[in-house]
Amino acid sequence: MLKTIQQLWQFRGGLHLEEHKDESTLLPISSIPLPKKLVLPLQQHLGQTAEAIVSKGDKVLKGQKIAEASGYVSVPLHAPTSGTVIDIDNYPIAHPSSMKSMCIVIESDGRDQWIEKHPVSNYESMTPEQLREHIFEAGIVGMGGAGFPSFIKLNPGEEKKVKTLILNGAECEPYITCDDMLMREQADNIITGARIMLRALQAEHCLIGIENNKPEAIAAIQKAASAFSDIEVVSVPTLYPTGGEKQLIKVLTGLEVPNQSFPSDIGIVCHNVATANAIYRAFILGEPSISRVLTVAGNNIETARNLEVLIGTPFSDVINVCGGLINKNASLVMGGPMMGFQIHSEQAPVIKTCNCILARDDNTSHEHHMPCIRCGQCAEVCPVNLLPQQLYWYAHARDFDKIQDYKLFDCIECGCCDYVCPSDIPLVQYYRFAKTEIWVQEQEKQKSDIARQRHEFRNSRLERDKRERAERHKKKLASSDKSDDKDKKQKVIQDALDRVKAKRDAQQANQNNDQ
Amino acid sequence: MINSSPFTHKSINLSSYMGVVVIALLPALFTYIWFFGLGIAVHMLIGITTALVTETIMLKLRHRPAASFITDNSAIITAVLLVFCIPSFAPWWITFIGVAFAMVFGKHLYGGLGYNPFNPAMIGYAMLLISFPAQMTAWSAPAELLGNTPNFISTLQIIFSGSILDTHLFDAITMATPLDMLKTQLGLEQDMKTILAQPVFGIMAGKGWEWVNIAILAGGLWLMYKRIINWHIPVAVLGSLFVMASIFYLIDPQAYISPVVHLFGGAAMLGAFFIATDPVTASTTIKGRLWFGAGVGVLTFTIRTWGGYPDGIAFAVLLMNMATPLIDYYTQPRVFGHDGDKS
Repeated sequence: MLKTIQQLWQFRGGLHLEEHKDESTLLPISSIPLPKKLVLPLQQHLGQTAEAIVSKGDKVLKGQKIAEASGYVSVPLHAPTSGTVIDIDNYPIAHPSSMKSMCIVIESDGRDQWIEKHPVSNYESMTPEQLREHIFEAGIVGMGGAGFPSFIKLNPGEEKKVKTLILNGAECEPYITCDDMLMREQADNIITGARIMLRALQAEHCLIGIENNKPEAIAAIQKAASAFSDIEVVSVPTLYPTGGEKQLIKVLTGLEVPNQSFPSDIGIVCHNVATANAIYRAFILGEPSISRVLTVAGNNIETARNLEVLIGTPFSDVINVCGGLINKNASLVMGGPMMGFQIHSEQAPVIKTCNCILARDDNTSHEHHMPCIRCGQCAEVCPVNLLPQQLYWYAHARDFDKIQDYKLFDCIECGCCDYVCPSDIPLVQYYRFAKTEIWVQEQEKQKSDIARQRHEFRNSRLERDKRERAERHKKKLASSDKSDDKDKKQKVIQDALDRVKAKRDAQQANQNNDQ
Repeated sequence: MINSSPFTHKSINLSSYMGVVVIALLPALFTYIWFFGLGIAVHMLIGITTALVTETIMLKLRHRPAASFITDNSAIITAVLLVFCIPSFAPWWITFIGVAFAMVFGKHLYGGLGYNPFNPAMIGYAMLLISFPAQMTAWSAPAELLGNTPNFISTLQIIFSGSILDTHLFDAITMATPLDMLKTQLGLEQDMKTILAQPVFGIMAGKGWEWVNIAILAGGLWLMYKRIINWHIPVAVLGSLFVMASIFYLIDPQAYISPVVHLFGGAAMLGAFFIATDPVTASTTIKGRLWFGAGVGVLTFTIRTWGGYPDGIAFAVLLMNMATPLIDYYTQPRVFGHDGDKS
């Protein structure tokens, strides 16, 4: 329902970036030809890796579960199409360090044959636990990029009362338009997903925050939400990084999520609009999370557009649908230009969190950056109100205690400071480096603490053993001394007795002689 | 290291950033030439050449990539700012020594651009003022008092040979600055009205000087508009100087210099917009910049009023440079999601 314009708040800093969003919104979302081979990493989410429950050679149907969650922070994985499991091994995945990871590889049989679906339309009569169970079984994770299992975020716990569900449709990064197109084309589904989430959270109302550079999406969502008085669509100013969870919460509610807390601690839960759509599909269509909409964009792409792509599709297949790369050596980025990461293999597969494939000329050359002149432009744009120039100073000096005094771990790595730096310093890279070093140091400290504890325990044990041995020895000595004494005394007594006896014998002998 | 986000960057670099600062000083330079002759232009050339040569030598000695650092324009700024503080008919070696000292001792011995704790131009100025007080206080008289400024040839002669055909010419073309005049005359217990009636004083402050200061103010405002500097430091410097001067002027207008002369008679404008705002040596937090600027203003007033020098901007800035790390530490902003301030 369209409400009266509610008051909006601001976070400090932020950037007005060149949007580059028009290029990819010209064409509607379309699907791509069925890939021959799908590579499915067992780790597509934050948390523990899923465990494969199929083996090489197994035939699988579309939507069939192929990996089981392991541990609480984990979700199952499903086959995106029907075919044969041809391998379970390490394959290159989309990861900043171009690492390989355990994947299930499915060769498509071309039939795209579904397993029996179990749609649920009466979600209104289900309990929050049942709703979460269904969302968990569908393998749904946050599709905005973080990939945190959604059922956990929908489970704030007994003691926390969630008042507000926020749907994040801000999509503040340049180039990315997949949420925009999804909202334009599938607004009703997103609203249904929101209703399911509201019920799972037992929340009072839902705010949908959309940046005002997406008027079509705002109109579509408003229309779809008009029937519900507890869903409010809010057009928010276009300012990077409004799509950051804590930033959007601030803009919509004026509340700041305290540091080291979760939004649910202040009665708010935030989900992406694409996650709402995945939840709609899990219930109404009975389809698990096996596909997503992603944007392919950048000046090295022939036709920028949004595509509905099966999870596991190699990037090269997606790029080919868009006419291929103009410059074959273009750098590929997964995600947006501000927070995405570079991908080194075109064979890396699309995963649940992949919202954008960006192929553009990289205009950053950080190779020879100039020294920091402390101009403070970084601090002006920092949405978290940090002092990036000081953080850089201490990261550069490897002073990892001081850098934490300056709240390094509050940095959301949005890249604003880096973007404005006149000295071209790769600031975010320095912060990532410092964070990693601190984690490593802490792990080592834990290890050395354990080692020290063990060492101290061993020492004290040895000490105790020694002491005990010494005591035993002393006791033994003491007891042996006692027995000697006894012998001596006995001997003395015996001697005395002997003497007395001898005397008596002698007396007796004398008496006998006298008689 | 792997290439990591962000993969996009604002197209501004250090040279253009510093270049804007130099451009902002051009109106002041032309005004200065208009009122005081071409001496400053000659010194500018000497200063900039010295700065670039010294910078190159130091970068070579320090095995730094000379090309990218020389083109950053920071050496030019140091030279330009220092030359503004040197009398226009001073001998050439004053500028040469001052700029070379600023570059070597004020900048490179601390580690070069970004690592110097003190404003290099002010380091050079302080050294010159203490070592060569006679040359550093012989300011040229404004053209309207001379009737005619020395032409280019005689300017060159004065600066390079020191030999002046007309022996009386040098005395005739130099005179005290307004602040200097006020300080000396007030020290002699002259009546304020009599002092201000001297020909050196103009509409609000000193003849010529007031216009140079207005040009500097205009350049400074343009820098703010271009977002190269923020309002905090200039407003804090000029504001605190104005408040201090007003308080004392209101108490005794006969014994204390008026706030308008304080703002337009000396180096207050240059100090507030171009010297105290040097990002490397000033405080970097918002609140810290206000404290830093206020400190500069108060110290300037203190030195001018009770200290040994007629102007005090340079020493005030250097003293506050020393306090910068402390100010920065105690003025950290409240980080998103944290309560209260660090201090």
